[in-house]
Parts: sequence; C-alpha cells; structure tokens
Amino acid sequence: MKTLFPHPILSLMLLGLWLLLVNSISPGQILLGALLAWLIPLYTARFWTAQIHIRRPLLLLKLTGTVLVDILTANIAVARLILGPRAHIQPGFIRMPLRVKGNVSVSLLANIITLTPGTLSASLSPDRSELIIHALQGNEPEAIIADIRERYEQPLLDALEQT
Amino acid sequence: MTTELTTLLVEIFVALLILIGAGFTLLGSFGLVRLRDLYERLHTPTKATTLGVGSLLIASAVFFTWREPGVSLHEVLVAVFLFITAPVSAHLIAKAALHQRSPSRSGLPPETLLEKHDGHGAKPRPDAETKQKPSQPG
Amino acid sequence: MNELPETGLILNLALAVGFLLVTVAVLLSLWRLLIGPDQPDRILALDTLYVNTVALLVLLDIKLASSLYFEAALLIALFGFVGTVALAKFLTRGDIIE
Repeated sequence: MKTLFPHPILSLMLLGLWLLLVNSISPGQILLGALLAWLIPLYTARFWTAQIHIRRPLLLLKLTGTVLVDILTANIAVARLILGPRAHIQPGFIRMPLRVKGNVSVSLLANIITLTPGTLSASLSPDRSELIIHALQGNEPEAIIADIRERYEQPLLDALEQT
Repeated sequence: MTTELTTLLVEIFVALLILIGAGFTLLGSFGLVRLRDLYERLHTPTKATTLGVGSLLIASAVFFTWREPGVSLHEVLVAVFLFITAPVSAHLIAKAALHQRSPSRSGLPPETLLEKHDGHGAKPRPDAETKQKPSQPG
Repeated sequence: MNELPETGLILNLALAVGFLLVTVAVLLSLWRLLIGPDQPDRILALDTLYVNTVALLVLLDIKLASSLYFEAALLIALFGFVGTVALAKFLTRGDIIE
C-alpha cells in the first residue's frame, strides 16, 4: 500500500487538478485522471521527501475558514490605507521567532501572514527559526506577534506537528 | 420563478462581481503607484489583486455555468493558483529587496540581523565592493 | 452562437466599466515599471502586470462568451510566477539554477 500509493494526499490533489483542467466529470476523464494521479506520485516519489501528517483535519479546516475571512478584511483594510491619507501608514519591520518547525507548516504560516491584514513575511532566516515581517502598522510589534501566534501559529502547531 | 427573473438576477450578480473584481484590481495597481517605499508597495498588489482577479474568476464561473450546459469550474484552478503563488512572489521580492538593502522609510532591520538572513551562498551586495575599497592600503 | 440569447444590457455595462478599470490598472503598473526606481520595484511591477493581464483575459472570455482564452490566462499565470521567482532569485543568489 505504502509503495503503491506513496503520497495519497498528492494523488487526490492531482485527480482534482486534472478534472478541473479538463472541466468535465465524465467517467473517461475520471479514469484517466485516476491513472495520472497514481502514476505521477510513483515516478516523482524521490522529489517528495517531506511527509505530511494531518493530525487534526477539522482544525485545519477551521483555520482555512479563519484565513479566508481574514483575507476579505485584509483587502478592505488595505483599500482604506491606500485611499486614506498616507500619514496613517506607519510601517515597520518586526522580528518574529517561530515555534513551528516543519517545512510545510513554516511555509503555510509565511503565506498566511502575507495574505492577512497589514503584514507581509519578508525574510525567513536560513535556520528557519525566525521571520522578518513587514507591517503597515508596525508601532505595536508585540500585539501583532501575539495575534499571529494565537490565530494561525497555534492551530498549525496543533494540526500538523507533533507536540 | 420565471426564467426572465432568474436571468436578470444572475446577470446582476455577475455584473456586481465584475465591478468588485475590476475595482480591487485597479486598487492594487493604484497602491503600487501611490505608496512611498518598496516594502509598502509589496502589500497592495498581493492582497488587492488576488481578491480582484478572484472575484472576476468567480464571475466567469457563474456566467459559464449559467450560460452553457454543465458546470464550469476550471476558473477555480487559476484563482487557487494565484492565491498560492502571490504570497510566494511577494516573499521572494521582499527577500531580494532586503538583500540589496533597498531603502525603507521606517529604516531597515539591524545589519547584523540582515547578514544572518542573507545566509551563505548569497551573491555579494552591489555596494559591498565599494565599502571595502577604503580599507585597502593606498 | 446565434441561438444563444445575447448578453444583456447590465452585463455589457459592467463589462465596459470592468475593461476600463483593469486597463487603467495595467497603465499604472506600466508606470511603476518605467519609473522603478529599483530592480525589486520593477519585478513587483511585472508581477502585478501579469496578474492584470489574467484579469483582462477573463473579462474578454465573458465578453465573447467563449472559454477560448482560459488556457492563455492559465499559462500567463504559470509563466508569470516562474518569471517572478527566477528574477527575484537572480537578485539574491546571482544565479538561477544552482
């Protein structure tokens, strides 16, 4: 089972991707997609060194919901900042030590930080222990870090990493 | 519900999505021109443009699903792709800018921190050579 | 094409406004591309420009009521991202393929 389907999540994503790409759910396309979803992970197995273990799928789903809502608020907030007086923008760099360690969770956290209100992940240190974040309202770094910790990092830790 | 009414409702819905999408797309590019330093500018296109193009793609999906037989969802593919790639591009551009010590209005992080983040194997900065010149014996 | 009902007035109006707004967005991105002032600024402008182009193609698809340009939009999104990554990586590492 492990050797035949080395990456079940990747296989499912490939099947979904194929069906979206051909824009059809006819039996023939499902069969072809399933074949590709089986063969591609098999032949590219050596590229995928990291295994994802989703320990709490529901929590991850809830996080996705939070992030989607936050993207909407982010857009409205950024729209206000662009159209309002420029003096309201007081940018600054923030240094945030990371508690998540895995490849997948660090990259997810960095992407979430960029997509959500007023923050942008600017640089990850080579040892993956800290992020430099650029914030549009950077006068309260502690509050921003605490917010990111509570809303995104903790769920990621709980859902993806061993404690 | 009569078909005329449904048609009208779908049309209004698609029209609204198009206006919202195009508006946010414009906002993203407007921020690109209006804001004052590179790091501020990085915020707007990644956020406003993904939502803008996202709305346009949803409009397209609704339009083709309503207009043609069957469900049209392949627009979702482009939307998801843009949502995944936009933060990655922004991160890489920010990293390149920090590496070049692109000036920021609010001041850059301390030099020791930046050097740690450059890591080994990074290309020397453009101004690195000129800084070393005075130390050479004349 | 002829047997399908014509797209209505409201939709056409919204499309016209949409084309106008996105075209202005393209022009603003081009302006940033021209004035720079830095290399990262120009990469960012190019990045925004290709996303704007995807928006234009999607609008054109709705206008023409055909998904002819969908693949073009998808390919621009793919190659635009690869281009941005390559340029940004070139600035930090001095090399693209290590």
